[in-house]
Amino acid sequence: MVKVENISKAFKKMQALNDVSFHAEKGELFGIIGPDGAGKTTLFRIMTTLTIPDNGTVLINNRSIFTDYMEIRKNIGYMPGRFALYQDLTVEENLNFFASVFNTTIEENYHLVKGIYSHIAPFKNRKAGKLSGGMKQKLALSCALIHKPEVLFLDEPTTGVDPVSRKEFWDMLYDLKNIGITIIVSTPYMDEASRCDRIALIKNGVFIDVDTPENIINNFNQTLIALKADNMRQLLKDVRKCSQIKSAFAFGAEIHAVIDSDDYINDINNQLKSLNHKNIEIYRISPAIEDCYIWSR
Amino acid sequence: MEQVIVTNNLTKKFGSFTAVDNISFYVEKGEIFGFLGANGAGKTTAMRMLCGLSKPTSGSGSVAGYDISKEYEKIKKNIGYMSQKFSLYEDLTVAENIKLFAGIYGMPLKKIKEKSAHILERLALTDRKDTLVKYIPTGWKQKLAFSVAVFHEPKIVFLDEPTGGVDPEARRQFWEMIYEAADNGITIFVTTHYMDEAEYCDRISIMVQGKIAALAAPKDMKKEYNAATMDEVFRKLVAGTFNQE
Amino acid sequence: MKQLLSFIKKEVLHIIRDKRTILILLIMPVVQIMLFGFAMTLEVKNIRVAVSYQYGDELAEKITARISASEYFDIVKTINNPLDISSIFKREKIDTIIVFSDGFSSEIYKGGIPAVQIINDASDPNQASTVTSYISAIISSFQNEIAGAASPVRINTELKMLYNPELKGSYNFVPGVMALVLTLICAMMTSISIVREKEFGTMELLLVSPMKPAYIIISKIVPYFIISTINLLTIIVLAVVLLDMPVRGSFMLLMGVSFLFIFVSLTVGIFISSLVANQAAAMLIAGMGMMLPVMLLSGMLFPLDSMPKFLQVIADFVPASWYFTAVKKIMIEGQGFMNITKEIIILTIMLAVLVIASVKKFKVRLG
Repeated sequence: MVKVENISKAFKKMQALNDVSFHAEKGELFGIIGPDGAGKTTLFRIMTTLTIPDNGTVLINNRSIFTDYMEIRKNIGYMPGRFALYQDLTVEENLNFFASVFNTTIEENYHLVKGIYSHIAPFKNRKAGKLSGGMKQKLALSCALIHKPEVLFLDEPTTGVDPVSRKEFWDMLYDLKNIGITIIVSTPYMDEASRCDRIALIKNGVFIDVDTPENIINNFNQTLIALKADNMRQLLKDVRKCSQIKSAFAFGAEIHAVIDSDDYINDINNQLKSLNHKNIEIYRISPAIEDCYIWSR
Repeated sequence: MEQVIVTNNLTKKFGSFTAVDNISFYVEKGEIFGFLGANGAGKTTAMRMLCGLSKPTSGSGSVAGYDISKEYEKIKKNIGYMSQKFSLYEDLTVAENIKLFAGIYGMPLKKIKEKSAHILERLALTDRKDTLVKYIPTGWKQKLAFSVAVFHEPKIVFLDEPTGGVDPEARRQFWEMIYEAADNGITIFVTTHYMDEAEYCDRISIMVQGKIAALAAPKDMKKEYNAATMDEVFRKLVAGTFNQE
Repeated sequence: MKQLLSFIKKEVLHIIRDKRTILILLIMPVVQIMLFGFAMTLEVKNIRVAVSYQYGDELAEKITARISASEYFDIVKTINNPLDISSIFKREKIDTIIVFSDGFSSEIYKGGIPAVQIINDASDPNQASTVTSYISAIISSFQNEIAGAASPVRINTELKMLYNPELKGSYNFVPGVMALVLTLICAMMTSISIVREKEFGTMELLLVSPMKPAYIIISKIVPYFIISTINLLTIIVLAVVLLDMPVRGSFMLLMGVSFLFIFVSLTVGIFISSLVANQAAAMLIAGMGMMLPVMLLSGMLFPLDSMPKFLQVIADFVPASWYFTAVKKIMIEGQGFMNITKEIIILTIMLAVLVIASVKKFKVRLG
């Protein structure tokens, strides 16, 4: 459904994307995961025919972004990174407008947006600018869906959104995926990776991995341990001084560190004990996507 | 321990809507205090009152020993502020931004020079001090913004989602800078949507619909709510009230 | 078609929702007419004049009496000895001194060429030149009455006085305000409303949709076309009722030329929007960049033919200067279509060039 092949794009001195490729099948929920400035938005603009790449090609349902962009535009839905609806128009006016832009009506495709729009329908006469953050997202998603697109492109729909609202948003995406809409979504939150069928990890304009989240975790080929003690801040400093530890980072309530072999665990434990740490816990863990991202080479 | 932020029944109403509803808490000197809550729970409004940008409807509070309703000019001199959205001028260079913000707080030129050289070195930005801020990667930008926010050695620094969209490694380096500042006695008041970062705070509060629903050290809070992670605690507290307007 | 209509509806909603702007748009022409028509008038009144002539000079006295009868001038002093002219300016609050040469009457009767000197306090140059032409006009009309006499005084009468015997400033200002208001509203508001979509990110959504660029442009134009027409009618009504402005030529022709100019200005706005990225820049270019040339180079404030050549050449590229001329010809001189074909042709060419340039510049993708 979406074929991205060897895309590169540079702006002045900055190489935004460097030889990026992936395929997403029909009905797949594909995540592009990485921080701000990694090149996510540029990639979305290329896929949605807004920007021409320097190199490479993109096919959306076998239509080329170079020659068939008008056809593509009729058949995709796009939600840009920042809230891009008319703030001075009401909820209903916005939805109506986007329906007619695509030559359709709310009634015709209401079944598609019903699950999402029903949340905001009670506020349909409110100006879009006066909605709460979560409501705005739902309206934007409804507007992107109203013409029954083949592919939905969502650029950072959950950035700046609290964890509960984020979870809710992903639940909505699942419903859409279940009715066969292909979804390409980007996010800076690594914990959202597990909710995608497949993901691409993007770092400085390069895809460092493209696979299912499980495979990425299984292919992590370094020894990762978690450490805990009463004084976590001091622990991080001391762990960094251990010669057996290659690198270490705080990770929620734990410290994650990479070592060469399990055999070092006892040794590290003894060293930390001698530095007066209390209640030390050290154990082997399998990585989270965020670990894979940090320690990828 | 000295309490640098104290609020008593702090309330802010906008018309009939109560954005902040009778909140009372304190923050100690050198503490890292996490201020969590769902979007629209009233975090920003509360933070604005503490920074002296907005007057409480009722209740009282003090920041750095000054009354937030009356002595807001003095408060502004004693706090630093940084947010994800705006912290530095994109079209000024790194060095110009440092000089500008230090100048705003009236620091002597000689001291600005010494300190900015030190900061640039620490952030490994010395070579890029004449680069426009917009050409600097987000992670670096946020670290620089933090350095600028604590440049004038404020008693308290308010950080509004400082790590939003920052890459995982830079996010952790950012928190190490926060630790260091806290070790130097600067009080940190921080909001975030990353639940792993909640674990890095000494104490956290979770706001739900204008009220503080929970306030404790992360460890104790997890125990109380019988949850393995802060993410779980957050969901238990916030989920019930979500989807209301 | 449904697409286009709903887009136009959306534009209208934007405008209606923004109450402050719409109010400014509708009131602006009224304020401008009031300002230019009454307050900022270049007409001169109660000019303090001193005259100097040889005692008992018959014709000089007659001319003086006539000047005195005019509502513009007060003869405050008659000097019979023109020795200390400069000290009179200092001592008395005098704006102008008229000096008739000795033996003025006898020189005329002899058929010679007597001299009249007009000395102005030129610290206000506009007033000085107006005063000079008024006085010249009075002397010249007096002169015409003396049958058979050869013209002793060379008079430089400006063309506009032929049609504007009362020398009313509104004859210049009303066409000027029309050009100014139409330029500002059309060019500034269209460019701002397009650029706003770029700034808010909605342009990105429109580009990704199958919406035709032409539709986007047309729907931006329609509401401002309507507002401009309302403004145009407001100005004409106010000018006729309050400022006694005539519409001597065809009203339909006047509206026709105005619509042509409105389209030119609208396309200027669209063109500007393709050059800039934010509303502030659009406002600056469309507001300042268009307002100054219209005010300074259309002939509204300063006559074009007294300007340096290169400014006149620049003025030829300002659409407003052609519109200004056409409107004056229709309203004041009562000229018909045949006499303003030049202006119409030039404005049409400008429109065509701007449309082509805008269409070429309008991007179907992001930059």
